[in-house]
Amino acid sequence: MQKFVSQYGVVFVLVLLCAYYSFATLNQQHPADAATGRKLATYITLQLPNANVLIVVRDSDDDRAFAASIRQSLETAGVKPLGVAAGEPRDIVAELRRLGAAGTKLDVIVTHHASAQWTVLGEGRLKELADEFPSLANVQVLKPSSYTWPTFLTRGNLLSIGNQVAVTAIIAIAMTMVIITAGIDLSVGSLMALSGVLAAWAIHRLAGEGDPGLMTLALACFVAVLLSAAIGLLTGVMVTAFDIPAFIVTLAVMRIARGLAYQVADGPSPIGIKSEAFHSLSAGTLLGVSNPVILMVVLYFLAYALMSHTALGRYIYAVGGNPEAARLSGVPVKRVLLFVYAMCGALAGLGGVMEASLFSVGNPNSGVGYELQIIAAVVVGGTSLMGGKGKVLGTLIGALILAVISNGMYLTKVDSYTQMIVFGVLILIAVLLDQLKTRRWKL
Amino acid sequence: MPALLQMRGITKSFPGVRALNGIDLDLGAGEVLALLGENGAGKSTLIKVLGGAHVPNAGTIMIDGRSVSITSPQDSQRAGIGIIYQEFNLVPELTVRENIFLGQEGGTLRWIHARSEHQRARQLFERLGVPLDPEAICGSLTVAQQQIVEIAKALSQDARIIVMDEPSAALTLKEVDSLFAIIRELKAEGIGIIYISHRLDEIFQIADRVTVLRDGEHVGTEPIKTLTRERMIEMMVGRSIDDEFPKQRAAIGHERLVVRNLCRGRAVKGVSLSVRRGEVLGLTGLVGAGRTETARLIFGADRAERGEIELDGKRLTIKHPRDAIAAGICLLTEDRKSQGLVLGQTCLENFGLPNVNSFTRFGLLQHRREQSAFATYVASLQIKLTDHDQSAGTLSGGNQQKIVLAKWLERNADVIIFDEPTRGIDVGTKYEIYLLINRLAAQGKAILMISSELPEVLGMSDRILVMHEGRVTGEITDVASATQEQVMHLAIA
Repeated sequence: MQKFVSQYGVVFVLVLLCAYYSFATLNQQHPADAATGRKLATYITLQLPNANVLIVVRDSDDDRAFAASIRQSLETAGVKPLGVAAGEPRDIVAELRRLGAAGTKLDVIVTHHASAQWTVLGEGRLKELADEFPSLANVQVLKPSSYTWPTFLTRGNLLSIGNQVAVTAIIAIAMTMVIITAGIDLSVGSLMALSGVLAAWAIHRLAGEGDPGLMTLALACFVAVLLSAAIGLLTGVMVTAFDIPAFIVTLAVMRIARGLAYQVADGPSPIGIKSEAFHSLSAGTLLGVSNPVILMVVLYFLAYALMSHTALGRYIYAVGGNPEAARLSGVPVKRVLLFVYAMCGALAGLGGVMEASLFSVGNPNSGVGYELQIIAAVVVGGTSLMGGKGKVLGTLIGALILAVISNGMYLTKVDSYTQMIVFGVLILIAVLLDQLKTRRWKL
Repeated sequence: MPALLQMRGITKSFPGVRALNGIDLDLGAGEVLALLGENGAGKSTLIKVLGGAHVPNAGTIMIDGRSVSITSPQDSQRAGIGIIYQEFNLVPELTVRENIFLGQEGGTLRWIHARSEHQRARQLFERLGVPLDPEAICGSLTVAQQQIVEIAKALSQDARIIVMDEPSAALTLKEVDSLFAIIRELKAEGIGIIYISHRLDEIFQIADRVTVLRDGEHVGTEPIKTLTRERMIEMMVGRSIDDEFPKQRAAIGHERLVVRNLCRGRAVKGVSLSVRRGEVLGLTGLVGAGRTETARLIFGADRAERGEIELDGKRLTIKHPRDAIAAGICLLTEDRKSQGLVLGQTCLENFGLPNVNSFTRFGLLQHRREQSAFATYVASLQIKLTDHDQSAGTLSGGNQQKIVLAKWLERNADVIIFDEPTRGIDVGTKYEIYLLINRLAAQGKAILMISSELPEVLGMSDRILVMHEGRVTGEITDVASATQEQVMHLAIA
């Protein structure tokens, strides 16, 4: 039982949190996505095959996508809708009046929950119109059926948690390794900014105002990540060759990298990146899962293999547990340390590129405070700051716990100050649990 | 008159283990009682009960015939008990005076009267007959001097019972002598002393009576006059050991390891030596003679400034331990806890540390091969552990030594350097380690055995080198007829 709690405790906490927020956000769901649109269209083609259909939505990207999917499905099935009316309620009234004035027969208005609430589409108002225009006499409003489901567990919300967590979780992989060697890296947030700005700057330089080609993008990203890795390596050199505490070295590198980011960006304002291809790197999806989440899962798998199934992984633990004994056992201690710091730089660089891609800018202000979030994820995941102990997958769970709480508090409308307090308390609890674990649950 | 200290029926259980089972112990005023037992016999637990670190499940403690309750270190101090643990409780950055009176300031915000403290410290040192400067920084003192500070600290708290846990482990012979002088001084003042040591010679010199523990049981208490060395060992081990050193001579072949003119700073000044196939070369001398330092140079733990190392006629360049390991030289360090093992990792992981590459296929570790290799050593070296994933820190000293040995044997080392192979290891396991050394020699390995324990060096070596101040000052080839005095003579040079 104790073994179970100490090994799977964090997973348990994560599941509990998810359960809690699922319960707390149990709400009426009103779907309005493409899949729902297709379902509606199928209903119409089967039940009302000869109806004249008008699609009514608001004027937004999501709504247009919803409308487009209905229209497309109807057309493939051979039903020609009268058209799509997108806009404010008064635009809709105008459209209805136009149809009525033209004497066009209207049978069905297809819309979603939000627009169906408009008084325009209410029974009273429609009756008035029907009195005025005979062709609008038998209009029926059709909308997707609503159902009760936790907002927390909707596809959209889960995807957004995934996107939120991906960047920090990826950097946290290398942070876990660094902390297992009894080190720390405070420079990751600044390195993210530097790498993002560098990528943006390089794309700008290479492509000018035009649309950059794929090779240009790849080159720019590669250079940004490589440079971050080089800075990480330099941190490693300072730590190994000169025995300066990692805390101090990375504190300095944190300032230096932030300064460099501002210099490259020539001030605090972000460098824009005009490239759909670059944006889709982070914003795109594969089989319904966003690219950053896929990358995160792949990297965690590789990191797990490295830590548990390679000599290097064994060395990383040994260096953290007892560097002298490791050295006397023939472990290349310095090279192991160089590797973990370079890795931390590289993954921070990758995180920076991902962030730049998501927002289509290289922002010298990005990543502020990320180092602490990342360290928090590692600690919550059960890695000891004393070195020698920890698990990469624990860190993933730790990062997810933090993201779920943050998301859950947002959904349940907890204010941001309370959120800060909750996070602080959470870190304390994590460390406390770790202490209790080492004391074998004796107070 | 009742005895100074009486412990009756002390019982202490930990989850799954009964560490002490109804132990009785008596200590008179002005008496030195030696507490003997193998590692794990319960000595430390008994001491911790006395020191208030453990609360016993049953039993009574009486001082001057009055029952006292000791549930915290403060209780123990107030009862007049001073305990000097092997790992000192001194703050290295503070002065001797500050350390002595640490915790006796009488209040967090009380003004400290440095001068009166200084005076009292001086008096304490005079009483002990040692000239120590109360204003010296503790970290700059030798181990022996720090020990004296610990004793002074106990005396400053009016301790009437002083417990010393392996006080001589890190002392030179000369320092042990002055420690004994201090102990005799304390005896004369009527202070009772419980003395724990593995070194039987010392016990004959200093103890009045001996109490032996085994597996948490009280085996017996006898006056030293009626005891022999053999009888003591028998009581500790529970069976008689006919020969403490089961030396077997292996066939000695060609020179395997040859070291010429090895130098590093003031510690090692031109050391040359050679070890043959099947030979056990004993390397001894006083603490600080440069033995460990020489071994570290051969192994690449420190970088030699000059000198040549050859193995089987091939010249080696050794810059890191990695180079030495690759060439087939390994070192079993004297301090297993800080240098030999990663205590927080499992036994298996420690075993695998220098060997992971040979268990790796296509970059991936093959856990099953590692497991089965380790299992063969667990069986052949008779390592006592509950499972392979037990953390190395939980093993006894002897078993830790065996884990270190296993990891090097898997590397197929040709030259094995043992630095104090039996330090802190109980008598029974010592015997097993000696048998292992015999076996390795018979397999044709070249063995360099560094040891401060002269009986061990004389009992187990084929040849002995003695060092003094960084140089080899003597060689004894006829070990069988050599004496401890002969070795000491060379060691003092």
